[in-house]
Amino acid sequence: MKIVVLVKQVPDSTEIRVDKETGTLIRAGVPSIINPDDLAGVEEALKLKESMGATVTIISMGPPQASEMLKELYARGVDECILITDRKFAGADTCATSSTLAAALNKCGYDLIIAGRQAIDGDTAQVGPQTAERLGIPQVTYVDEIKAVSDTSITVKKSLEDCEEIIEAKLPVVLTTLSGMNEPRYMNCNDIVDCMGKQVTTWTFDDLGIEESKVGLAGSPTKVHHTFTKEVSANTETFQMPADEAAKLIAKTLKEKQLITK
Amino acid sequence: MAKFEGYKDIYVFVEQKNGEIANVGYELISEARKLVASIPHMDYKVVGILLGNNIKNKANDVIAHGADKVVVVDHELLKDYSTQFYADALTQVINEFKPDSLLTGATVLGRDLAPRVAARINAGLTADATKIEMDPEKKDEALLLVTRPTFGGNLFGTIVCPDTRPQMATIRPNVFSMDAPDANRSGEIVEFTPEFNDTDAKVIVKEVIEKVVEGIDITKCDILVGAGRGSEHCLEMVEAVAKELGGAMCVSRAVVDDGFADKAIQVGQTGKTVRPSLYIACGISGACQHVAGMDKSDMIIAINRDPQAEIFSVANMGFIGNVEEILPALKEEIIAAKQA
Repeated sequence: MKIVVLVKQVPDSTEIRVDKETGTLIRAGVPSIINPDDLAGVEEALKLKESMGATVTIISMGPPQASEMLKELYARGVDECILITDRKFAGADTCATSSTLAAALNKCGYDLIIAGRQAIDGDTAQVGPQTAERLGIPQVTYVDEIKAVSDTSITVKKSLEDCEEIIEAKLPVVLTTLSGMNEPRYMNCNDIVDCMGKQVTTWTFDDLGIEESKVGLAGSPTKVHHTFTKEVSANTETFQMPADEAAKLIAKTLKEKQLITK
Repeated sequence: MAKFEGYKDIYVFVEQKNGEIANVGYELISEARKLVASIPHMDYKVVGILLGNNIKNKANDVIAHGADKVVVVDHELLKDYSTQFYADALTQVINEFKPDSLLTGATVLGRDLAPRVAARINAGLTADATKIEMDPEKKDEALLLVTRPTFGGNLFGTIVCPDTRPQMATIRPNVFSMDAPDANRSGEIVEFTPEFNDTDAKVIVKEVIEKVVEGIDITKCDILVGAGRGSEHCLEMVEAVAKELGGAMCVSRAVVDDGFADKAIQVGQTGKTVRPSLYIACGISGACQHVAGMDKSDMIIAINRDPQAEIFSVANMGFIGNVEEILPALKEEIIAAKQA
């Protein structure tokens, strides 16, 4: 079985700070990491590889420097890493990204596709389902556990707001995985050394046989009108006083606003 | 001539499960009413789309909540949600009725369905919108300005779809408020019968396991007392204050990551969105990703020992101090205030 995992390199959004003077993001020094939901997908694929003898291929779309991140995945035990990179892909929204990924998936072949539910930079959760649609195959999103796999189907547990569903899907299928579903394995030192010698396959626009109008900014129906950072509220009243006085003031305010009721 | 011939009105996908309509659909209808009211010259309607089986009798509820028209798709294949059949049906509704925009709740279901449909029709879809307005500079079209947080809530982007229709967006539950229903409202109910080319289900739900609900649903609480890393060692104090106020405790992501609380009560971008009447933030630094989940609360009181804490920028009242000293005193004051 050929398992393909879609992986994105993202800035660690918990480390991002806003420059209050300029109102822009401070991206310098922010580490790039493998998107957590995607890493859970890699781990699930590796577990399947161990239990049933699958091959694990990683596909990532991003700038050339993402190949360093992909090399690290060799140390975890994946078989092949493919980086899709081209200036023509820049500015892609989820619609264009899914078209590009689908073209790459058709080129490399697949039996099972795993994608992280959502990336921590964009948080859209749209690329997985949209890639499934482009390929014309089913999807199961918010997968919390892979329970069983056969040659023709897979059984998973999906996590919803108020319940869990045990779902059987015919292969091939796109699963989107949640970061809490497993603990990604540690890499050992030997594997890290070994992975430095391995090569990441690079595919550019010309390798994918896709129309230019379907990728990058041109293939993106959503456009960024403008961006902004949150303005600081000017109407905060701040108090510094002894604890008992603070408690009295809070209680008095809540009473006035009828938030304390008998 | 209009840029998109035939595309008109704001449609809302009305999510239901076992015949019970989720509030988020009504929240979106209430917001859509405000949007159409802002462009009276366009003469737009608010239209609900209701998919299910034996569901037609619910259409009047959708009208009572503010829809001018409801498209009902009643089919046995739509009894329970499936990506395949719901996407097929919704795509056909879009092709037939030509919505100018389509809003969907950013629930697990909505985030499964909307991207699939958007890809099929190559329409632009903006995820997890927190604000939607009509572009005031466009007089002859209803261009939506859709604002959403990105980079963990550190940056906001306003997204437009100038070249495709419908303009699609998902919106989380509780982001918009729901207006009270009016049973006297009248509206049109249109039935639509989809054609399913492939009735062979590719994905089958074998079993549904209800999650054991531990504690209460924080999204439905009117008063919340939030704990952050600065109060995770004294959660019992936070909980005691919440209890005296008749509310519940919620937490920031840090508290969940540190293993002190369950994810079910986490507020923020990767947790739940809440909009209670009162939110008391105790020892919460106010990282953007947390604030994105609670900044629509009517009143926010923050207690933090760090005068520079970001939480003070969204609070109505900020107290620089030690939660361990203030919370026990506050509990006593609340008890006293109730007796007064």
